[in-house]
Amino acid sequence: MSGAAASGEGPVWEVFVQEKAGDPHKHAGSVHAHDAEMALQHARDVYARRGQVASMWVVPHAAISASMPADNASFFDPADDKIYRLPAHYLSPASDRRR
Amino acid sequence: MTDPAADPVLQAFEARLAKGEKAEPKDRLPERYRRQLVRMMSQHAHSEIVGMLPEANWITRAPSLRRKIGLLAKVQDEAGHGLYLYSAAETLGVPRDELIDQLLTGKAKYSNIFNYPTLTWADIGMIGWLVDGAAIINQSMLAKCSYGPYVRAMIRICKEESFHMRQGYEMVTALARGTPAQQAMAQEALNRWWPPTLMMFGPPEEQSTNSEELVRWKVKLKSNDELRQTFVDQTVVQAQVLGLRIPDPDLRYDEDTKHWTIGPIDWQEFFAVIGGNGPCNRDRLRARREAHEDGAWVRAAAAAHAAKNPQVNA
Ligand SMILES: [Fe+2]
Ligand SMILES: [Fe+2]
Repeated sequence: MSGAAASGEGPVWEVFVQEKAGDPHKHAGSVHAHDAEMALQHARDVYARRGQVASMWVVPHAAISASMPADNASFFDPADDKIYRLPAHYLSPASDRRR
Repeated sequence: MTDPAADPVLQAFEARLAKGEKAEPKDRLPERYRRQLVRMMSQHAHSEIVGMLPEANWITRAPSLRRKIGLLAKVQDEAGHGLYLYSAAETLGVPRDELIDQLLTGKAKYSNIFNYPTLTWADIGMIGWLVDGAAIINQSMLAKCSYGPYVRAMIRICKEESFHMRQGYEMVTALARGTPAQQAMAQEALNRWWPPTLMMFGPPEEQSTNSEELVRWKVKLKSNDELRQTFVDQTVVQAQVLGLRIPDPDLRYDEDTKHWTIGPIDWQEFFAVIGGNGPCNRDRLRARREAHEDGAWVRAAAAAHAAKNPQVNA
């Protein structure tokens, strides 16, 4: 995602593309535009020149809040030690032998 | 270069690269790495944009509708490549305006190859076959580099480049199998484009100042000579298929290395063109500046429209 500020071409919009219905929207890149309609048109011209697009989102860059990689250790830590959230933590008759 | 031990940011960064991890925009990146990437990615973006000019020159004169739609689509792709790359470069915190300004004022470089003229229709075939062919080899390497946004832009670009190369090779094939005059046109164009295309990969590393750092930080994963060799091996065979002669009296196949070896490259010409004295440097910049100025009213109108309709503004 872009960290750049507004320019003569308008602010930055992040572009998310869904390749086919049912897929997640994935970040593709960014465009500059003065409003959402123009951002969508630019996004189509830049990121959808060849088929394979079912849907497209444009989001003002300034509207996105992101986690900071420097904080990853503490921020994502709560997930690290919860093996009881994983299927392998639970036993079935077949796994009794291994215990 | 700074000693990594004395710089904790650099140390942590290099440790991550050593594990094969990619760098992302919000990571703490060494300032030198950031600067090198902005320089490389913006030069790359400028090359895509300036690269449209020599080909656009022939769109109105394409010999058939099939050629014209192909060339139009290719040139439009190159504009898209420029925009992917400006977008990726902006993730490092440099506004696009600033990058474009560096191009228009002549401060930034772009690939030397686009300072050569397209004199005949055969040159358009040569650009697709040779220049895009060379670009694919370089860009496939960059698609594995250490900076995430650059990698993603390169993957997107590489998917489109194979169409560029194929349409070029098809054009050259048509000429090479055409009348004697068409064959001569193809051979003359190859004679002109071969030497500057070899220079696209840059001088051997010992003459290149930026290389050591770029290798260390996994921006460059292969040497210029290695990339050039891949290009030579691939292209010599393609020329043979068409009955075209590579214009190099020293070209020979080395049975031991299984590679084609080439004669000396005129690096003086390379540095003269970088220095602004290629055949088309001034034309290219003038065309870019005019296009930018001609578009000023569109940007102003869009800004005025957005100001009147603030509810949809970002
Ligand atoms: Fe390109
Ligand atoms: Fe291309």
